[in-house]
Amino acid sequence: MGLIRGAVGGLALAALFVVMSCQKETAVPQATPANDLTVAISAYRAYAADQIDSLVAATTDFARSVTEGQYSKARAQYAPARMYYERIEPIAEAIGVLDARIDARESTDPEWTGFHRIEKFLWSGVADGSPLPTIIKSAATNLVQDTKLLRAKVESIELETADLITHAVELLNEVSATKIVGEEERYSRTDLYDVVANVEGSKKIFDLVSPALQSRDAALHAKVAAAFQALETRLAAFRTAEGYLSFDKVSKDTLKEVSRAVDALAEPLSLLPKALVPGNK
Amino acid sequence: MIVSSGARYLRHRKIILLSVGLTALVLVTVALLWGLSIQNDQYAFYGEHQKGILTPPQRQTMVAAFDLTQVGMPVLKSVLQDWTVAADLLTRGQPVGEANLPSSVPPGDTGEAVGLSPAGLTLTFGLGASVFDGRFGLAAKRPAALIDLPSFPNDRLDTRFVGGDLGVVVCADDSQVVFHAVRALARIGQGRVVLRWVQQGFQAASPTTSDTKTGRNLQGFRDGTVNPDVTDRTVMNEVVWSQAGDGAPWMEGGTYLVVRRIRMFIEIWDRSSFGDQEQTIGRAKHSGAGFGAEYEKDAIDLTKKDANGKTLIPSDSHVALARGAGKEKILRRGYSFVDGLDERTGQWDAGLLFMSFQRDPQSQFVAIQSRLSNDKLNEYISTVGSALFACFPGVPKGGFLGQQLFN
Repeated sequence: MGLIRGAVGGLALAALFVVMSCQKETAVPQATPANDLTVAISAYRAYAADQIDSLVAATTDFARSVTEGQYSKARAQYAPARMYYERIEPIAEAIGVLDARIDARESTDPEWTGFHRIEKFLWSGVADGSPLPTIIKSAATNLVQDTKLLRAKVESIELETADLITHAVELLNEVSATKIVGEEERYSRTDLYDVVANVEGSKKIFDLVSPALQSRDAALHAKVAAAFQALETRLAAFRTAEGYLSFDKVSKDTLKEVSRAVDALAEPLSLLPKALVPGNK
Repeated sequence: MIVSSGARYLRHRKIILLSVGLTALVLVTVALLWGLSIQNDQYAFYGEHQKGILTPPQRQTMVAAFDLTQVGMPVLKSVLQDWTVAADLLTRGQPVGEANLPSSVPPGDTGEAVGLSPAGLTLTFGLGASVFDGRFGLAAKRPAALIDLPSFPNDRLDTRFVGGDLGVVVCADDSQVVFHAVRALARIGQGRVVLRWVQQGFQAASPTTSDTKTGRNLQGFRDGTVNPDVTDRTVMNEVVWSQAGDGAPWMEGGTYLVVRRIRMFIEIWDRSSFGDQEQTIGRAKHSGAGFGAEYEKDAIDLTKKDANGKTLIPSDSHVALARGAGKEKILRRGYSFVDGLDERTGQWDAGLLFMSFQRDPQSQFVAIQSRLSNDKLNEYISTVGSALFACFPGVPKGGFLGQQLFN
């Protein structure tokens, strides 16, 4: 009986795959000048370059404060500088090794460098003017170099419409699996800055493809737009005069609600290539 | 068409005969399938090797880790002796504990498996490295192969699922039989051991014969395709069984079990494109074949390139990295788990209860796992539990688990 059930299950699964492959064949309207996605892609490339320009500038200021021993100033500069990175993180991931150098979480690896290496030092109770360990000094120097390298490499990155949507979804994945449980900023507790920046980066992509999506699948567009709005409303509650609430000031229930709002948005968002990518590879 | 009544009758009879024949065929087929689907319902606990290693994976599992609450060799020995007796009874479908007790005391056996078949129950016992600290006078007997697993980059270990003095993998086709067994072991051990963690799994599953189709994990991919052939004694001696010359004589005929609780980010996986899912694994989702191959069990060719000179199997895919040069082999026994929701996110707390048996964890499991730090699959998974147990050799009738250790 088990085998029969297995066979039936197998057939059902096979049928499912047939359906899935048929879905992939669905014809997509040809791009017209009005909703040409190449415009969206180059606009996104420009946005990424712009964010990284700001990242380089903000990181340079941050690194200077660190090396000058102005740790309180550096602590205030840390999260806002990171937001430029968090908005375009999938770009850095696509480039490869740079993401690991800029944004690696704490590890026992002696080569561990980047923002979080410095974060751990800054939030270890250091007073302004106390000595700067060599390892932190070189982490600060590396960080500026690596953001500059990222800026240079972004020009040559290959981007297609499907990549854009993948990035938009990945930015939300960042939030729902790890940032919302407070894994990213374990010392500074500035996790909500990252969360907001990830969502902003994702929204930017959605805005860029919006005209095309609206003309090709208005229902999907409306669904995603509403889900973005629902999430943004929740995030707006985290805003403070200086920036965003500290992670440990937010209740567990609220965080869970945000995670669920992210899931509710990311699922329809992942369907965008159905409408936007001609002849799906 | 005009058909005479005689002809109609004849044709009718033919149809009747045909349907009788077909019915018989269907019945025979059903009977055959039924017979095949009932797997071995009893595995003798005693024997050359412990069961639950080479024996085909049953549908349900519960893996339990215990800590000893007393010190001294006698207490460890007594637990293993009592568990040996219980394991033999349980695998034969017999109640444990004292029989014919007066109704003024609790029954010896808890009773929930009464009348049930043993459902192929197997119990596989092992010792964690912590047993070889100072508490039991066994420090000198710690096998070199029973290493402390290193920390891997994608580990986010939760102490609730790590380590343990004693480990047991209980498998059967009936989850009530499985629970009954673990409950019995815990009850028998009261006052000497406490449960450290318990993890439940259902069939994913990795077959232990090379001609069966591999089960699918919760990502929808076949998991454990490259398992070595358990019917090949030479291969098993190379891959699974600890040998006389391996440095720990008491482990000869035993093996080392790695248990890893691999959380899958189900919601994230579900919203990644079909193409990305396949590129992540390096195999076709439906057939299980590696890119460039046709069938699941076809050889993996990591060098095959497409027209643009790119390797068909991406170099950062799970298959490419897990395989490496294809030198290291392990015997997988994978189960899926679903443990409700992650209370922090409201997402599924689900994934793969990875288990592998190997003769030498360092040169087999660790070698493979160390290659996975840049695995594309890491975006969708994280290891939250980890344990390594030295699983005893088989127990001869009249002997007890780990007897060689106390000689």
